[in-house]
Amino acid sequence: MTTYNQASWVDDDDARYEPLLSEKASETVDIEDSPLPDELTRDSLTLPAPAEPELARHYTRLSQMNYGVESGPFPLGSCTMKYNPSFTEAIAARSDAAVHPDRPDSTVQGTLALCYRLQEYLGAIGGMDAVTLQPPAGAAGEFTGIQIAKAYHRHNDDERSEVVIPDSAHGTNFATAAMAGYSVVELPSGDDGRVDIEALEAAVSEETAALMLTNPNTLGLFERDIERIADIVHEAGGLLYYDGANLNALLGRARPGDMGFDVMHYNVHKTFATPHGGGGPGAGPVGVTEALAPFLPDPHVEQTDGGYGYYRPDRSIGKVHGYYGNWPVLVKTFAYITRLGDSGLADASAKAVLNANYLAEQIPYEVPFGPFHHEFVASAAPQDAADVAKGMLDHGVHPPTTKWPEIVDEALMTEPTEGESRRSLDQLAAAFEAVHGEDDGTLSTAPRRTAAGRIDQVSAARSPRLSWQAFDSEQ
Amino acid sequence: MTDESSPYAPHTPAETEAMLDAVGVDDVEALFDVPDSVAFDGDFGIPAHGEREARREAAKLLGRNDELTEFLGRGHYTHYVPSVVEDLSSRSEFLTSYTQYQPEIAQGFLQALFEYQSMLVELTGLDVANCSMYDEATALGEAATLSQRVRSVSGETILVPEHLRAGKRAVLENYADGPGLDIESYPMADGQADIEALAETVDTDVAMVYAETPTVRGVVEERLADIGDLAEDNDALFCLGSDPVALSLLERPADVGADVVVGDAASLGTGTAYGFGLGMFATREEYLRQVPGRLVGASEDADGRRAYTLTLQTREQHIRKERATSNICTNQAWVALRAAMHAAWLGPDGLVDLAEDCVTRPRDLAARLDEVVGVQAPVHDGHHFREFVAHTDQPARAVVDDLAADGYGVHAIGEHLIQVAATEATAEAEEGFVGAVTEVAK
Repeated sequence: MTTYNQASWVDDDDARYEPLLSEKASETVDIEDSPLPDELTRDSLTLPAPAEPELARHYTRLSQMNYGVESGPFPLGSCTMKYNPSFTEAIAARSDAAVHPDRPDSTVQGTLALCYRLQEYLGAIGGMDAVTLQPPAGAAGEFTGIQIAKAYHRHNDDERSEVVIPDSAHGTNFATAAMAGYSVVELPSGDDGRVDIEALEAAVSEETAALMLTNPNTLGLFERDIERIADIVHEAGGLLYYDGANLNALLGRARPGDMGFDVMHYNVHKTFATPHGGGGPGAGPVGVTEALAPFLPDPHVEQTDGGYGYYRPDRSIGKVHGYYGNWPVLVKTFAYITRLGDSGLADASAKAVLNANYLAEQIPYEVPFGPFHHEFVASAAPQDAADVAKGMLDHGVHPPTTKWPEIVDEALMTEPTEGESRRSLDQLAAAFEAVHGEDDGTLSTAPRRTAAGRIDQVSAARSPRLSWQAFDSEQ
Repeated sequence: MTDESSPYAPHTPAETEAMLDAVGVDDVEALFDVPDSVAFDGDFGIPAHGEREARREAAKLLGRNDELTEFLGRGHYTHYVPSVVEDLSSRSEFLTSYTQYQPEIAQGFLQALFEYQSMLVELTGLDVANCSMYDEATALGEAATLSQRVRSVSGETILVPEHLRAGKRAVLENYADGPGLDIESYPMADGQADIEALAETVDTDVAMVYAETPTVRGVVEERLADIGDLAEDNDALFCLGSDPVALSLLERPADVGADVVVGDAASLGTGTAYGFGLGMFATREEYLRQVPGRLVGASEDADGRRAYTLTLQTREQHIRKERATSNICTNQAWVALRAAMHAAWLGPDGLVDLAEDCVTRPRDLAARLDEVVGVQAPVHDGHHFREFVAHTDQPARAVVDDLAADGYGVHAIGEHLIQVAATEATAEAEEGFVGAVTEVAK
């Protein structure tokens, strides 16, 4: 059993926390004698002013109070927290990658060539005819895809008002549909955790703009009736949207384009191992079939006689990012795909699926449904899934996603990824086992070995303190 | 496909066999529950490379970019980023972590984001800042949809400056499409808002008035308080676009009546990365429960120690689904971390110095270009920040292309208008740049 103690830092025994930068070294500068008239300037500015050694120590301490993929297993379901190879950082940091977006095309042929090559790679991997790299995250990709679907229907004088989404889908799907002005028709899952065909037939209509589907779904189950699902949606005149969050389970085994999907997004930070950065940046390229290609965001990279250039697709939806998206993330994606190639990508999926199935066998919790791919949802019931997660923290592992999807009681959504060895899967299983054996009273006070103990979420929401200025006003 | 393994899957063949045994299958392919009719049996045509070869492949491609000294701005800027920012932000505990769903093991990132939010609160004078949007354009889009949620009357017009950068406007149009908002523009005069014309345009149909300082033409907007008053008189939100370096010196948005501040904070901590951004979003406390994106709050742990957590998550998509304030999930947390590090490294002194340099440097460069035959600069009669517009007697397109051939980048923004940005990053190249302009502008 791994014993774990996360670093925590206390400079003041009374306060017992790592002070804020503002508490360590704050300074006020009065603005006077500036090159602007007084009426156009502020009076003063107060901010931290640590010397560089203090700054380095502060952020090093903070990093030690944080858990990343290189700290230990991170099986956060549906987030695909796999190992991020460091060589991609070196490529993204190259000076010839750091260019301004308004340069003339002729001076950024390298950047455009890389974009073009990546578009081709992603198209081949997803079975899509054209790909835009512009969306800066998966949810932004969803928004792009749904706006493309909307523009397509509009172009056909066939405006529609609804998007159909399974109850097990990512919350982003619902929010995206609403953001694009659609009402959501929620599709109940069948007894096997998959799309219920009868329910789907009842849900689609001439108002259906699209069905948004994750395959394998968030329970890790492949939608085996995908061709039937595609037919039902297409016969109603709707489009089929593929949420790429779980694409890591299918690399080289199946492609959304071949299954009948019309539009999809890729979460490159998941499938292609670009670092999640504490919650971003990601990138969410969108692939479409030929029929939807004219609606792609502006601009699009194409091959020209002399090299590469930008063009505006005929019926473009316009833009979803101020420039061309999260470029450094795309460079890392390109580097990762180049490194693995066909064989490595296919093997990554194989090992991810093997790891999920192996771990599911080892843990003491019930895993309903199956057979599953790269993730599974165990049920912690009768234990509280949140308590189980807090208990696992003391064993040096990041816990699964908890209490979601709601169709499994006290859900523990677990995705180990291909990056875990058998040894670390066994460590994870031991953490599950240990917590399974603990009584609920003990768990309710976990964790005890982390930088902070159980945090009071309720008071954080009831009396929000969202900046260090909030502490000043309390004194 | 060949049998080559992923270099990042640690399994030995023996371990794979043992795990297959434990699962009860002979072959990993048996675990894929994909019907034959949709199974993929081709290949992608992507060869595998060793790490060294993969690096060389990328270097070969990127090496096709020309060397160019960029006097380019218009929303994306280069300031010197200290090495310590690169080093500290690259620590893997930061870089390879994710959204702080388990706050007890994510105190470091949460505190860093709390500090970032706090810096924006100081810079804007507003009560609340979120811990990032994708970029300035998407933050503006979120502000527009916020205005519709919080405003008491039913107007659906978003007013923006006529010179709004086209890319930003195009993003705003997409965000406005779902809720059915109309984007209309008000005129600008001499690089700033035309207040009199704006006064004619604002009425109770307007949900939000958007202005920028500096404006897209690099001019410091002098009548922000008047714009704020116009918005307030018509019960419209006043949204101000700026950036953290400019805000270190310019009037506090709260003091001119701003309800929302958006902008790109990547001018700190990131440098030029082909438009890679960091969307700022700050607003008043009364709109707190309508804010898009993630918020970090201070709380206490079980021992009564100060601790941080994501808070007010009932606004967010993973809880509220279609009733969420935004669909954002992954944001730009790591970029925000870098911006905060850079701001702290500069301190208020350094930030104000940098901002003052952003005022004097373009002023001096414009004066030098004004002496060049065939160039008048600056076109606009105001205070400039980082950049200015110049008139060229030659067609602007030709001037830009000729300058590119000489190794300098500037924008063409009209038939005879170019835009030039000057920061410490271009300082050493100014002499050569003025010489090149002298040659091509005649």
